Amino acid sequence: MGLPRSIKNSRRKGRAFTVVIALLSVFALLAAGCGNDDDEAQAPEDTAAAAPEATTAAAPEATTAAAPEATAEQAPAEPAPDPREGALGDGSLGVVEVEEGDAIQIRSLQSITGDTASFGLPIHRAAVLAVEDYGQVRGFDVDLGTSLDDLCSNDGGQAAAQIIVADEDVIGVLGTSCSGAAVAAAPLITDAGQVLISGGNTSPALTSDLVGNPGPNFVEGYYRTAHNDLYQGAAMAKFVREDLGFSTAAAIHDGDPYTQGLAQAFVDAFEREGGNVTGFSAVNKEDTDMVPVLTEIAAGSPEALFFPIFQPAGDFIADQAPGVSGLGDTVLLAADGLLNANYLPLPQTEGMYFSGPDQRFGQNANESTGKSADELTASYEERYGEPPSSAFWAHGYDAATILLDAIEAASWTEDGSLWIDRQGVRDYLYALRGYSGIIGTLNCDDFGDCGSSKITVVQNLGGEENVQESLNNVVFSYEP
Amino acid sequence: MVPRTLRRGTPRTGVDWFLTFLRVSALTVVALGLLAFIAQEIDSDNPFARWANPDATGLTGEQFWGLVVSGVSQGAMYGLIALGYSMVYGVLGFINFAHGEVFMVGAMTGMITSNKLADAGMWESNFIGSLVLIVVVSVIVCSLTAVIMERVAYRPLRGQPRLIPLITSIGVSFFIQNASIVLLGPAAKAYPDVPDWVKTKHTFLQIEGSRILVILVAAASMICLWYVVERTKSGRAMRAVAEDSEIAALMGIDVNRTIVKVFALGGAMAGMAGILWGILFRSVIHSTGFLPGIKAFSAAVVGGIGHLGGAMTGGLTIGVAESVGPLVILEPLGVSGVSQLRDAVAFAVLIGVLLLRPSGIFGERLPAEDRT
Amino acid sequence: MTDTASPLVPGEAKALLAPPRPALSHDWRRIVRIGSIAALGQAFIALSNMPVRLDERLIVKPVLSLGYLVLLFLPLAVGYRQGHQTVREGVPVFRPGLNEVVGGFSCGLIAGGGLAVLAVLLANFDLREPLVNWSPILLDLLAFGNQAWFAAVIWLAIGAGMGTVGGVLRLLGPTSRRAVVTMAIAVAGAAVLESLVVDLAEGMGLEALTDRLYDRRGGVNWNSALGLAGVCGILAVAGRGRLRQARSRHAELQGAKRTQANAGLMALAAATLIVLPLFAGKLTNELLANVGLFVLLALGLNVVVGLAGILDLGYVAFFAVGSYSTAVLTAATSPRIAPEMPWLVALIVVVIITGLAGLFIGAPVIRMRGDYLAIVTLGFGEIIRLLFLSDWLSGWFGGSQGITMIPAADIFGLTEVSGTDPRRVFYLVLVFCALAIYVSWRLERSRMGRAWMAVREDETVAEAMGINTVNVKLLAFVVGAVLGSFSGAIFAAKVGSVFPASFLILVSIVILVVVIFGGMGNIVGVIAGAAVLIGVLGGPKQPGLLIEFSEFKLLIYGALLIWMMLARPEGLMPSVRRTRELHQQEMAQDAWLRGEVDDDGGGNRPAGPPVATQS
Repeated sequence: MGLPRSIKNSRRKGRAFTVVIALLSVFALLAAGCGNDDDEAQAPEDTAAAAPEATTAAAPEATTAAAPEATAEQAPAEPAPDPREGALGDGSLGVVEVEEGDAIQIRSLQSITGDTASFGLPIHRAAVLAVEDYGQVRGFDVDLGTSLDDLCSNDGGQAAAQIIVADEDVIGVLGTSCSGAAVAAAPLITDAGQVLISGGNTSPALTSDLVGNPGPNFVEGYYRTAHNDLYQGAAMAKFVREDLGFSTAAAIHDGDPYTQGLAQAFVDAFEREGGNVTGFSAVNKEDTDMVPVLTEIAAGSPEALFFPIFQPAGDFIADQAPGVSGLGDTVLLAADGLLNANYLPLPQTEGMYFSGPDQRFGQNANESTGKSADELTASYEERYGEPPSSAFWAHGYDAATILLDAIEAASWTEDGSLWIDRQGVRDYLYALRGYSGIIGTLNCDDFGDCGSSKITVVQNLGGEENVQESLNNVVFSYEP
Repeated sequence: MVPRTLRRGTPRTGVDWFLTFLRVSALTVVALGLLAFIAQEIDSDNPFARWANPDATGLTGEQFWGLVVSGVSQGAMYGLIALGYSMVYGVLGFINFAHGEVFMVGAMTGMITSNKLADAGMWESNFIGSLVLIVVVSVIVCSLTAVIMERVAYRPLRGQPRLIPLITSIGVSFFIQNASIVLLGPAAKAYPDVPDWVKTKHTFLQIEGSRILVILVAAASMICLWYVVERTKSGRAMRAVAEDSEIAALMGIDVNRTIVKVFALGGAMAGMAGILWGILFRSVIHSTGFLPGIKAFSAAVVGGIGHLGGAMTGGLTIGVAESVGPLVILEPLGVSGVSQLRDAVAFAVLIGVLLLRPSGIFGERLPAEDRT
Repeated sequence: MTDTASPLVPGEAKALLAPPRPALSHDWRRIVRIGSIAALGQAFIALSNMPVRLDERLIVKPVLSLGYLVLLFLPLAVGYRQGHQTVREGVPVFRPGLNEVVGGFSCGLIAGGGLAVLAVLLANFDLREPLVNWSPILLDLLAFGNQAWFAAVIWLAIGAGMGTVGGVLRLLGPTSRRAVVTMAIAVAGAAVLESLVVDLAEGMGLEALTDRLYDRRGGVNWNSALGLAGVCGILAVAGRGRLRQARSRHAELQGAKRTQANAGLMALAAATLIVLPLFAGKLTNELLANVGLFVLLALGLNVVVGLAGILDLGYVAFFAVGSYSTAVLTAATSPRIAPEMPWLVALIVVVIITGLAGLFIGAPVIRMRGDYLAIVTLGFGEIIRLLFLSDWLSGWFGGSQGITMIPAADIFGLTEVSGTDPRRVFYLVLVFCALAIYVSWRLERSRMGRAWMAVREDETVAEAMGINTVNVKLLAFVVGAVLGSFSGAIFAAKVGSVFPASFLILVSIVILVVVIFGGMGNIVGVIAGAAVLIGVLGGPKQPGLLIEFSEFKLLIYGALLIWMMLARPEGLMPSVRRTRELHQQEMAQDAWLRGEVDDDGGGNRPAGPPVATQS
């Protein structure tokens, strides 16, 4: 009874299947027919699709082979054929072809949504401005593509990196904003032969401990224009110990890997300088009532309190600290997370000290685009209607220009196409010395730390009108 | 205090033993921490104080007072928000998860209005007048938000299993919070500066003006609410609907209108709390409502949901516990970075109270059919 | 006060048909109300920055971007919507006619008016202070680069046009309407899924096809769009009803044959999922792996919420415990103890640890009432995250620095699974999903599953029937916890690091939305929910196909959750039993409200099974 029906049924299914196949083939034919008119555009596309395949086939052995010679500063390994005269690189990571009329693909991977947008968005915007200012590279446009979001987290960074590496035409990535995202994203991106240049990461784990030992998360092909945390922790500790002459200090972080790392670097350096750390505590980013944590800190009656955190928690600490018994005379110190045009005008922050990258851009100008710091600030404000809300925005600008310079140095034109040597891009960046950018002079070391290592401490003069002057009101500067 | 299963005479199961163990260990931890703290306060060098935390220093009286005041003022706000949860629960029997966002809307409205007033120069010249004005605006906006929320998202679901409106309210909460991000931006926004008498500590009792203001206004709002619910005709209607809406409808009470009034009243309280928040912390962000909302929700549960006095008590309990608890109980036990755990303490209070008294401090025991 | 909130359209075909209403006989107040709601919605969308952000993404190459598409949708929707007639027994339904077109025109006009007014306001007032997107860029977009008056005129026209189109859609018969809708969805879908389609086509060697279909960097070609629309229209007309026939044939099957057919379908699905990744690039595989991780989580939560009816808002706790215990057990850099176990061995320990965590969290909450339970589990979830984050336990779990350098998962020495190769991750996830599906499926049909459902329907009665409700619920908690821990273990190996920030309350809620959206208690529904939400919109930290939407993801999640609860509380693919329950309870509990709600029209559903089960 059951058998015939099921057979009949499967036969009916089979017929439906034939119909579907037939319809699908009709669809394919029609689609082919419709697209006929742009045949010219299609022909080169085929070769483009073939080219990366060839290059990626070479990539895996190449990465393993290239890894030991960590600092290939020399020019191309073998004498280059004519058209690639002077272009850097030995082709070991593959070569990317950009056809005539196409654009060079780079990507931006910053934290552009959510709570950390105020940090990552200015870096992204600066990169957009940099690409516009730079113009064409060897007559080819540069395309930043869809801006991706690292969500300031490891999983967010990895997922976004996966999207980037799926596109084999991408040469380099500007990002990430947060070190946690770079930890997961950098291995993927560098594995694909691309480079990752960050304007916002500061964790020592990503580069080195500054005395020649690579950090646990160091990978080749990762660079940054932001400074290493260790500098900043040391700078603040030195300032408190020597300039202010204090012997006791405390620190608060907010559970973010960045703030925790910086607070830790500060207390370590402070103890090395002979100071006494009276308290080390933490808040949560969503906390508003800071009286408990401040009371905890007040128990040790420190002379200075360092809280390298972000807004809004930073507002509340500065606001409530004077009211807590035992902290009335404590000097408040913060870091670059709060060194911006939203925080400085707050009345409670007057007189506070901030450590951070040198914001006295003054006469600095970017040597690739020729834009001076003032012009850049002006065009940023004109374009986005507000001043940059993060201390690292200019780092993002310089990160973009050195990437484009590297592409220029590692590329050549042949048959109307632009060819870019991936290894050459890395060679250029590792060999970068004395580049003058908005943030100062950039020098890349063997572990990808390119930023100017100059850390300054500024004191807030207070008031909305004094923001720029406060940024320039340097009371201490530190250069190892 | 005794679990229900015991009273009914059913045999104790493994779960009961485990719960008893949990209750005992929770009480032990609290007792140990308190004792260690007291030992510290008596003499910070005695061995019991040093037992778990060799660095313990204890608190000065002034610091302890500061903690209590901050806990009470924060708790008063939780209490005001919790009133909204409690009233809606009393009438509709479901927890309006999105109520915390109404509070955020209140704080945002206050921020926008006060900044406009500051631009116009009125904020400085007439602070009290401006304050009244922003309270009025914020209360109106919040009541409207709550009423619209009820009309759009909850009324069509009336009579559904409890889970359905609860899940809907999670959606509403998400929507309002993210609408605030996309419309007003993700950055924290500041209130204009307040006069010195609000910021500085007063010689009397050593409390900042803003905290006195918060406590007074919260108490006044509480009294008003009590008056409305207990003494007016609408209040009687609300209580009747809460008691048995079917009978109330039969008695000629317009159930829909009463429910709208309940939402409006809850929204007004949240709007009030929003302004107090703004005065106290002078900053607001899209996530302002989420965690305080959840804690206020916990406060309503701790106090015994559906009970107005309970909501305030629960709010004060949670506020004081999360402010004092980490330093008084955890720190003497040798936990480091205790302030990071304040939210954990708040939730632990919730769990602890429910373990010891499943229906909250003032809650009546609920009939069995309400359990699911 | 009529039917704006009434969400379901019962089968229209069966009602009596009356001649069309005269063109101008309208309930104008209703038109104005619907139109103004849409106008407000339009202004909200514009001010949310959605059009500006999405303008980068082209749908049809030179003419239409996603940014403009979101502005076109509402007028069309209200234009269509206003022609809706509530079907009541014995009340005739008017045949659609000019009336609907006029109504659609008016509604669309008012909706477009929202943007027109906004454009004029944008040009004359500066409200950028509170509203961050009140910018010249928006005005420029609305005015197509012209003056404000142009924007006002053009948006009135566009609104009216789209509204009219919506009204005209009412006039079409079901077949042509389906064809039109299919065409629109096909073109939009092709554009939206571009990266996926390209990635797949590349793997299968069909680049020629996608090169024709898409412009070089984004967007469907104008010609291909027309071609695609044509083909899909034909397909829709030709394939009309076949899908439904197949489904109803499947539904008719009984007993063994049904099982056979199900097994066949499952084998087909499994084969597709096994073969597909081989042809797909990294992008698709990453997407599949992320969806798979959420399917695992959602299946786990489904046991707790869907089967046993326990609203657990802290489910992320088990994901966190799974991830962290994997990290501690396998990573060499784990701060306190670093046994460096192989992944599979660690997994066994992880399952035990998470099971215990399930017991520990479950025991105190299990006796609590539904809403108390929700808040307490949420509290537990947050406590667990805070403990992992705390400096106090940073000696064990790394605190805010997390645990990095987690090695790849070694599978019997055959292969190593890590984030660099998403294909392997997906296969690993697939194996565990299969396991989870099997377990849930068996459990649902077991004695235990029936006990869960009994508890869900009425705990008191279940207790009276001799079910030990506490043990039964506790078991659901533990099973859910263990399924969640699988996902956590794979997540740790995939990402290679764990940080507390991956385990926010948000994750719990997103998993809950996935379960509810898909259909509580239905395995297939849960999988579909995860595929649609996580795959297209993206998870809490995972971008979906619509990367551009990531800023608005949570907003859409919220709106979707509300809409789903109002329109179809039983989810995309409801479980039959669950639906019955929902409506049974509704009928019982609503009894006293019914008369009044009917007068009000305020959205009570018609009795009987909803459309979902009919089709």
